[in-house]
Amino acid sequence: MAVRRLTTPWSEEVVESLRAGGQVLISGVIYGARDAAHKRMVETLERGEALPVDLHGQVIYYVGPTPARPGEVIGSAGPTTSGRMDAYSPTLLAHGLKGMIGKGYRSAEVLQALRRHRAVYLTATGGAGALLARRIRRADVLAYPDLGPEALFRFEVEEFPAIVVNDAHGGDLYAEGRKAYRRVVLA
Amino acid sequence: MRVIPYADVVAAVRRLCLEAAIRLPADVWEALRAARQREQSPLGRRVLDEILENDELAAREAVPMCQDTGTAVVFAELGEDARVEGGLSQAIDEGVRQGYRDAYLRKSIVADPLRRRNTGDNTPAVVHVELVPGDRLRLTLLPKGGGAENMSRATMLAPAQGEAGVRAFVLQTVETAGPNACPPLIVGVGIGGTFDSVGLLAKRALLRPVGERHPDPYYAAMEEDLLEAINGLGLGPMGYGGTVTALDVHIEAAPCHIASLPVAVNLQCHAARVARTEV
Repeated sequence: MAVRRLTTPWSEEVVESLRAGGQVLISGVIYGARDAAHKRMVETLERGEALPVDLHGQVIYYVGPTPARPGEVIGSAGPTTSGRMDAYSPTLLAHGLKGMIGKGYRSAEVLQALRRHRAVYLTATGGAGALLARRIRRADVLAYPDLGPEALFRFEVEEFPAIVVNDAHGGDLYAEGRKAYRRVVLA
Repeated sequence: MRVIPYADVVAAVRRLCLEAAIRLPADVWEALRAARQREQSPLGRRVLDEILENDELAAREAVPMCQDTGTAVVFAELGEDARVEGGLSQAIDEGVRQGYRDAYLRKSIVADPLRRRNTGDNTPAVVHVELVPGDRLRLTLLPKGGGAENMSRATMLAPAQGEAGVRAFVLQTVETAGPNACPPLIVGVGIGGTFDSVGLLAKRALLRPVGERHPDPYYAAMEEDLLEAINGLGLGPMGYGGTVTALDVHIEAAPCHIASLPVAVNLQCHAARVARTEV
């Protein structure tokens, strides 16, 4: 399987070319945000105010890292469960977000929003926090510092490994992969 | 009566927190390597390669293998002829406080489930104390991450549902958890007891080394059957499709009421961290 190298931000053309099951290495800037930062971003948009970052073409990584040791950029930094962000993601996709990186299932509403707004959902290996942290070259708190580990982060990444699970065309690696290897039928 | 100094328990728990976060038990290492050999999906093999590389890196550089360094679940077996000066629970909490601080582990505990203020030091620990003969204190730390814990389930079956009912519930729980629980999993199954005790049985099942069967041949056979069925679900490593969804299934059973058949499934992700010591 060929591995695609992609630099952020992503154009619509890049997103359209990605297919479920594809492996990618992401370089450039991505944003770190989990539950509390998502809630705040959506509340900001609902008030008609501008976000701390223009989301057009951008990618968000769902992560809650361990504290960085002195002299290090970041601690352990694997993906967290994406489903907790489902309530907020359609709004962010409507505001230009093109990619989300996490782990686990997304809701039907998110999958529908991916097709409508031409965006993709990717996953990184859950639990591989030591390995993935090495691909983060720089980490800064961009906004919401009062949220501590749940603040909005700006990361500079180099060849961050991810897999496309849900593409803009309705492709779903979780469904296709399971079907290919399934031997047991549940009652 | 042997008096165990408070400081000894604190130091032991502090060390367990660091050890568990960075180094997997040997049985889990071996199981992951064996899984890499038999996984049929290319993407599944890639995931297992990443996991093995990650875990080696974590141990070598003393960084947490996963950013979710978990709830500190402590199983304490306290000898009936021993007591901990200053209190066992207090000493365990102080050890967790120091361990999570000094090893730069993530503090993931909120003081109240609804108002959600982080305690800032990963305490309180969840402590299960068992009184045993002797004057020693054995401590086992199981740092439990939220991803797999959230996908764990318990139910009260009717006795007539029997073994088939248990089997269906276990498979359904693993299927529903899918990629969210970070497979390959270790599946802890508790059967029997009461509503409150069956969850603890399922968690205790996670302490048994991978590959070790239940001493009762009836449950040993059921474990093997369930393991094969779970791997037949096709979820595979991280749920991308594959032949290794679980590394093992461990069942713990207990006597129960004639009207009841409690069942609990406690899922454990591939970062199956356990550390033990004796004071």
